[in-house]
This record gives sequence, structure tokens and C-alpha cells, in this order.
Amino acid sequence: MTKWIEIGALNDIPVLGSRVVRTASGDIAVFRTSEDEVFALDDRCPHKGGPLSQGIVHNKRVTCPLHNFVIELRSGMAVAPDEGCTRAHPTKVENGMVWLSVQTAAVVPAE
Amino acid sequence: MLDKVNKPKLVVIGNGMAGIRTVELLLDRAPHLYDITVFGSEPYGNYNRILLSPVLAGEKTVNDIMLNTEQWYEDNGITLRKGEMIEMIDRRTCEVVTREGARVPYDRLLIATGSNPIMLPLPGKDLRGVIGFRDIQDVEHMVQASTSFKNAVVIGGGLLGLEAANGLMKRGMNVTVVHLLDTLMERQLDQVAGGLLRKSLEERGMVFKMPAQTEAILGEDRVTGVRFADGEEIPADLVVMAVGIRPNIELARKAGLYCERGIVVSDTMQTYDGRIYAVGECVQHRRQTYGLVAPLFDQAKVCANHLAMKGFATYDGSVVSTKLKVTGIDLFSAGDFAPGPDKEEIVMQDASRGVYKRIILRDKKIVGAVLYGDTIDGPWYFQHLRDGTDVSQMRERLVFGAANLGDGGHSGKNSVAAMSDDAEICGCNGVCKGTIVKAISEKKLFTIDDVRAHTKASSSCGSCTGLVEQVLAFTLGGDYSAAPKVKPMCACTDHSHDDARRVIVENGLKTIPDVMKFMDWKTPNGCHSCRPALNYYLLATWPGEYRDDQQSRYINERVHANIQKDGTYSVVPRMWGGVTTPDELRAIADVADKFKIPTVKVTGGQRIDLLGVKKEDLPAVWADLNNAGMVSGHAYAKGLRTVKTCVGSEWCRFGTQDSTGLGIKLEKFMWGSWTPAKVKLAVSGCPRNCAEATCKDVGVVCVDSGFEIHFAGAAGLHIKGTEFLAKAATEEETLEIIAALTQLYREQGWYLERMYKWCDRVGLDAIRKQVVDDVANRKALFSRFAHSQQFSQSDPWAARAQRGVDRNEFTPLAELELA
Ligand code: SRM
Ligand SMILES: Cc1cc2nc3c(=O)[nH]c(=O)nc-3n(C[C@H](O)[C@H](O)[C@H](O)COP(=O)(O)OP(=O)(O)OC[C@H]3O[C@@H](n4cnc5c(N)ncnc54)[C@H](O)[C@@H]3O)c2cc1C
Ligand code: SF4
Ligand code: FES
Repeated sequence: MTKWIEIGALNDIPVLGSRVVRTASGDIAVFRTSEDEVFALDDRCPHKGGPLSQGIVHNKRVTCPLHNFVIELRSGMAVAPDEGCTRAHPTKVENGMVWLSVQTAAVVPAE
Repeated sequence: MLDKVNKPKLVVIGNGMAGIRTVELLLDRAPHLYDITVFGSEPYGNYNRILLSPVLAGEKTVNDIMLNTEQWYEDNGITLRKGEMIEMIDRRTCEVVTREGARVPYDRLLIATGSNPIMLPLPGKDLRGVIGFRDIQDVEHMVQASTSFKNAVVIGGGLLGLEAANGLMKRGMNVTVVHLLDTLMERQLDQVAGGLLRKSLEERGMVFKMPAQTEAILGEDRVTGVRFADGEEIPADLVVMAVGIRPNIELARKAGLYCERGIVVSDTMQTYDGRIYAVGECVQHRRQTYGLVAPLFDQAKVCANHLAMKGFATYDGSVVSTKLKVTGIDLFSAGDFAPGPDKEEIVMQDASRGVYKRIILRDKKIVGAVLYGDTIDGPWYFQHLRDGTDVSQMRERLVFGAANLGDGGHSGKNSVAAMSDDAEICGCNGVCKGTIVKAISEKKLFTIDDVRAHTKASSSCGSCTGLVEQVLAFTLGGDYSAAPKVKPMCACTDHSHDDARRVIVENGLKTIPDVMKFMDWKTPNGCHSCRPALNYYLLATWPGEYRDDQQSRYINERVHANIQKDGTYSVVPRMWGGVTTPDELRAIADVADKFKIPTVKVTGGQRIDLLGVKKEDLPAVWADLNNAGMVSGHAYAKGLRTVKTCVGSEWCRFGTQDSTGLGIKLEKFMWGSWTPAKVKLAVSGCPRNCAEATCKDVGVVCVDSGFEIHFAGAAGLHIKGTEFLAKAATEEETLEIIAALTQLYREQGWYLERMYKWCDRVGLDAIRKQVVDDVANRKALFSRFAHSQQFSQSDPWAARAQRGVDRNEFTPLAELELA
């Protein structure tokens, strides 16, 4: 069952930018593309844990600020030839508000 | 209109290296634009022709050299008709006709038929056992012959002939090379290098007959011998003709397309019939034909671009370099080395090491190079040749190569061939030679960019680029320095940094999307590499007018602090000229306590770094520092960083001028300016130079009579002493010259190009002329710098700490309590 949480207004996220949502199990980076799509990923680069929220957003991708891994916003997959994946969380935008459904145990085993 | 059936039809004649490279690039640019059919007269998929030599020598197999499998054609919806020869092009009906008579219509046609080996019209040339060296079939023929026969004669002492001879020798045959002239590879080598080459091949057992003219090939059914003009006859069971190639233009000529030596094409690779393109060895462009892959790949790029209907790229010729693929022989040649009255040469010969180098200069630039025995610097010379670098400043040391110009020891003192697989090539990313070699062969990489993408080698600081290029050349066996003459900014565009700068000015473009639209960017909003560059170009071009795009800034410049490995930040306040006060130190100590900042460190730039600050604390940290009168030190900026000073005449018994005071004046005048890459200054009070001014972007050394201004130094990835720019009598004049210099750099530098690289590229004399000699121009540059400073000298920390700029950046969007 998907549990949606309202996290803020679309306009609070810069176009081609990102904001962070704090959660007890770590930060989630919420991105906005030039077409006003919103995507959410764990704020940890699969390479060495760099904060993806601090990267440059282009097309539907973000470049990690530490060593330039490029990550697909939709899937969290690193763009080839880099390898790795970070967890993606479903989002939706309704009436200018952004909703997030935080995925927990699905990808990473619970502690 | 673009559904499967109605797609325009692209027919490609020639399944070789240039044709398929074009198709690959086209698919990359416009994947679904055409319905593509490829005709290839050879019965295989696409293979790497260059590597036929190692196959012949038994170092590789035919399987190793396949580039695209049949599956690849299928996956990309391409109809491959291998083993089918096109006999005619019917331009009236727009159809090609196969030898069997099948007709296939086209909307666009690409001719990439390569060339044919020249077969000398000698008596006996049609005997069995007389062949050229061009395709897999020829190699199979030679391998076969080597198992049942003993004697081979290769006619032609050029690149191809020697590679054939070497291969046959490796297969156990007695090989005689017959050459018309007295120098081997005379198109690539001068006499000395040719002589050295001959000597080392002779030591391996190759026999030469040269200068010699072949008169007849003897035999009844199969070849038995060769007779020369001087009457001598030698036995031969196999004759390989490698005297040259002739562009394969029959088909085009018959179709009435204008041909000279090759099919004549325009800068967009179109023949006289605009629907018909041609690329590769069959082409003649601006009077030139080419026989090496690097230029053909340049052509393929332009052609693909045009076919993809992004018709702005043009081909304007290539310079080529050559390496002989005979294992154990190091030979490199590039450019034009025929002697001439306007040329100078630098020659070095070390007979005992068997090393010979000849560098040919014209007008302060390298125009040709011949290296024998030690070719480690080949790519380095070639880079300067292609870039047209002004090398007058390094002239004396040029012949000793990059390693002797202070490369911080990275540029490869060891031959890569001799390196073990676990030798580290890229120090930044810890990539070893073996990893690179593996990626190149398994993933079929061709260019340095491919290697960067797949291995990360050379993708960071770039100081190992030369080494990686060598690994590439050595692994592929051929010369793949396919780096185009003009480097595109990144994969998002085919345009260079210069193009972008020019277009912005000429067309008054004022936003990143406008530039991208105007220049036909291939991606919707660029990438982390081109967007910051364009943002800088716009900012530098339209001061006060352009609105800085925060989302096109690297994180450090966006949040005015340096990101650290754990996601925290470092904070470096300015300490003007390296001078501080007890109050400032107290404020720094208080901030460190209050925000529990784990590390306080003195930087290499004469100031203090607070490391490990949490992002959300940044505005409050800045507010406290602001209150004590401190502002951002821009330790993160492509802009003015530090001005290091020494104590100077105020204190030092040797000081000749107030170096500290001048440093502070410079820093106060120049801080906040954005530049292509970081700019570091230093002022020393006397020639003892305690502020290390002569390894900075700009350095001043005070002397009794005034101020010596130096520039274009560096001490990071590269260690490079500065160049002398000018002597100034007063502080005012010093400031004016330095600001004018910086402004010229701001207007011409490519993004991330340090001042010393810019200077290498545009030339010391050109800079001196504009900044020192032409006083009116200097004043104009100075006032443009001063104008732009009006808009950049407001403390970014104060803006964020006190005026709430970018508040969103420092606070989370939401905090969730999750189970
Ligand atoms: C803090 C400091 C080291 C220290 O603890 O002393 C430092 C730290 C970094 N340097 Fe440096 N450099 C520091 C002085 C230097 C110096 C010495 C100097 O300025 O006198 C050099 C050699 C001089 C020169 O620049 O030619 C230096 C040559 C580099 C280079 C090589 C630049 C080049 O083009 O060769 C880089 C890499 C780059 O910029 O791409 C670099 C990059 C970096 C970066 C920004 C790496 C990065 O991208 O994260 C480091 C940021 C750490 C941080 O968050 O603060 N740092 N760096 C020094 C800050 C000086 C300051 O007060 O602003
Ligand atoms: C042994 C050898 C070593 C070499 N070493 C190097 C090197 O070290 N470095 C380097 O840069 N270059 C080297 N070259 C040159 C390089 O291989 C060529 O420049 C390159 O392959 C030319 O590409 P192309 O597409 O123009 O022609 P090709 O690769 O020859 O492709 C042309 C194709 O068109 C087909 N074709 C021709 N006519 C028709 C027709 N009517 N119908 C259908 N198909 C047709 C041919 O069968 C052929 O497959 C070497 C070449 C050889 C032979
Ligand atoms: S501070 Fe400079 S030298 Fe030290 S690790 Fe970072 S980049 Fe390398
Ligand atoms: S941590 Fe993201 S690229 Fe290294």
C-alpha cells in the first residue's frame, strides 16, 4: 500500500534544482526538472555516498558533486559506464503540491 | 511522417570504417530518423582494418578485430547486405543497383567505398600469389602462403609494406622489401629516421633492396621470382604489392558525380549531388585525400551531424600522425617536415640509445615531428601541433619532451609498453594500465573520451591524458588520436568553447537556453560540464545584465563554501594579503567553538580554513564572521582566490617596497571577480621571493626601481614558473596592468582553463602586445574590468546570512518522522 506524504510546494524547489527531505532513515533528495517533473532519491551517491541533492540537474539526471557520477532521476541508476544504484521514491504533484511515498525496506534490508 | 514505412531511406555503400562510424554517430544523434540499408562487398560485418597487420603477424585473430556484429545491425534496425556489390547508382530514379541487378531506392546515399591497393602494371601482375594488402581475404591468402612457401617479396617500403613484411617474417618467411627510393617510409620519415628504421629491421632479418625498380614478376601460373631493372632476379613464392592506394571512385564517376583523385565533397561531406554524401578514403576534400582513420572519423562526425539534420558542423581538414605497428619499433611522425626556407628545426640524436627526434617549427609553432626510438612525447607534440600552440617560450627544452617542462612528474617518463598491468596510470581515480587495456579491447573503445567514460582514467585532473593516449595507441595498435582539431565543449554539442564565446557576443545572446537553442544543443539542458561554462561566458560578457544562474553553478559556488567528502562544508574567510588581527582570530575561535567545528587549519594560501561545517549552519557561521568584519575568501571560486604576500619593506631588512600593502590593494580591487578558472596572486618584497610569486597566475616581485610583473605560473598539477610580463614604476601602473591582464583572460579564456594554459594557447607575445605595449588597449581592458567589478563586489556571505538570499538552499524542504 502506498502511503503518500505531502512535503511542500513545487515552487519551493528550484527548476533544475533540488531540496532535501529529512527522515529518520536518512536524507531524501527531491529534484525538479525543467519540465516540472519531480523525482526523489536517497541523498546518497552509489559511488562514495556523495549528497546528490548538491549536484547539477540536467535533463532527467543529476551529476554527483563529488566525482561526477551521473544518476538517472527516475530509477536511481548510474548512467553507464558507471555502475550503481540509489533508491528511488515515488512522487506526485497535485495542485502545485509535491507528495512523496517513502520506500523503506524494499531495497536496503532493514537494520 | 516518420513511421517505419515512410521514414526516409538512407543507403550506405561500403561497410568499412568510415561508413559505419558515420552510421553509429548518426544513430547516436538521431536514432530513428532513417530506414538504413548498408551494402558491403566483403562477406563480414564491420571490422577494424587497421588491425589486419597484427592479425597477419599472429598477434591477434580475425575475431578480435570485429567491430560490429551482425546482431548490432539487427538491434539497430539496419539492413545489412553483406557480400553484395553495388554496380551502379541511378541518380535519375534515386536507386542503387546491385551486381545481381536488384534495385534499392534511397532518399539519402552515403558512399564510403574506401580505396583499392595500387597494382603496378608489371608483366606477371596477374599471376597467382601476387596480391595487395587491404582486406581479410588478403591476410588469409598471405597466412596460407606462409605455410607452404618460403620466399616473399614486398614491393613498397611504406607503412603498409613494412607491416606486411614484418607479419610475413613473423610467419617464418624470408622477406625482401623492394623500395623505389633510398629512404623507407619517405612520406613520414626523414633520411636519418628512415636509416635507423632500416637498421633495426635488418637486425631482425628483413632484407632490403633499395633503391630498386621492379621490372617484371616471373612465373607461369604461380609467381616464382621477381626481376629488377638492373637485371638481378630473386626467387619469390608470394609478392605483396604495397605501393599505395587509389580512392575507389568508379561507382561515383560512372554516376556522373564530380571526381578528381577522389570524390570531391564540400565541408559538409556532400558530393555535387546534395542527396549523396561521401566519407572515407574515397573522398577528396579541399584537394586532400586521406589514408588514416583519424581524419576519416572527423569526416564521419560532420557527415552524421548533417544527415541528422543538424547542419551546422563543418569539416575543415585534418592533420595526421602516424605510428608504425611493428612490435618493438617506436616510431612516430606527424605533420609536415619537408625542409623549407621559413622553417626551423630542432634535432636531437643519441646514437647510443638509438634515439632520434626532429621537431619542425614555423612561425613559433610546431608543424611537424619525427621521433624514433623514444616516442613517448609523440601525442604531446601532436597536441601542440593541432592546437597551434606558440612554443617559443619552451623552445630550448622542447626536444626533451613534456616531462622536462615541469609536469609534476605525471606525464609519463616510462614507456607504457614496458609498464606492468598493475602500474597506476591515473593517480586520481586509481586506474591501472591493465584495467584500461581491458576496457579498450573488451568494449572496443576508440577515443580518449570513450576511455574516460568507461574507466574514469584521465577524467579528473587530466595530467595522465598523455599516458592514457599512449595506452590507447599501444592497445589498438594504430594511431587513434582521433581527437578532432577543434574540441567540442562536451558531448552535448559539437561546438568549441571559442565558438560559444563568439556566438554569445556576436548574436547578443543573454541566457543559457538562448545559447543552446541558437547553437542547436543536443541535450535539452546541457550537463554539468557545459552549463557552468556557458554561465560563466554570459556573466563575463554581460556584466550587470546577465542574471547568474545558480543551478548552473557547481555546488561550491552555489553555496559559497567548499563541499567535503562527508557532505559538510569548509569556510575560508578572506585575510587580505595574509594579514589578520587578534579580533579576527578571536572571532574565528569563537565561531569554531560555537558551531563545534572539528578542524581549524592554516591553508596553503595564507589564511584559515574552518572544516566540517554543517550546511544548515553556514549562514549563521557567516553572520558571526561578518560581524567581525570578515567576508568570503572565495576559496571555492573560479575567481580571485588569494593574494599571498611577504612582509616587505615594512619589516624586512631586505624589502624594497611595501609588498604587503600592494598585495592588499590588489586583493581589495580584484576580489569577487569571476574568471575562467581560479586566479592566485602573490607579491614578494624583493627577489628572494618569499611569497613564491613566480609560480602564481600573477606574481609581482618588487625591486628597488619598481615592480616586476610576472604571470602564467602554476604549482599544482603542473609546476610552471611564470613568464615575465612587464616592469612597472608605480603601484598604480602595476594594478592597471594586472587588472587589464585579468580582463583579457576573462574575455578569452576557456572555462576551467588556467591562466598558464590560456597563455600557451594564445601566445605570450599576443598577450604582452595587448596588455603592455598597446597602452590605449590596456586602459580599455582596465576599465572593462573596473566596470564589471561594480557588480561583483558584494559579499555573498552577507547576502545569505543577512538578506536571506537563497534561503531555501540551507533548509530542508520537510522533516519527516518516519517509523
Ligand atoms: C584548502 C587548501 C589546502 C590546504 O589545506 O592548504 C586547498 C584545498 C583544495 N584545493 Fe588546492 N588548496 C589550497 C591551496 C592550493 C595551492 C597553494 C597555493 O595556492 O599557494 C595550490 C598550488 C598552486 C596553484 O594553484 O597553482 C593548489 C592547487 C590545487 C589544484 C591544482 C590546480 C591546477 O590547475 O594545477 C586543484 C585542482 C583544481 O583546481 O582543479 C586544487 C583543488 C583544491 C580543492 C578545491 C579540491 C576540491 O575540488 O575539493 C580543495 C578544497 C578543499 C576545501 O574544501 O577547502 N588545488 N591548492 C588550500 C586553500 C588555499 C586558500 O587559502 O584558498
Ligand atoms: C593493413 C592496413 C593497416 C593500416 N594501418 C593503419 C593505421 O595504423 N592507422 C590508420 O589510421 N590507418 C591505417 N590503415 C588505413 C585505414 O584502415 C583506412 O584508412 C580505413 O579503413 C579507410 O576506411 P574507409 O571506410 O574509407 O574504407 P574501408 O574501410 O576500406 O571500407 C570500404 C568498404 O567498402 C566496400 N566497398 C567498396 N566498393 C563497394 C561497392 N561498390 N559495393 C559495396 N561495397 C563496396 C569495401 O569492401 C570495404 O569494405 C591501414 C590499412 C590497412 C589495409
Ligand atoms: S587539499 Fe588539495 S592536495 Fe589535498 S587532497 Fe584535496 S585536492 Fe588533493
Ligand atoms: S560520491 Fe558520487 S561520484 Fe563519488
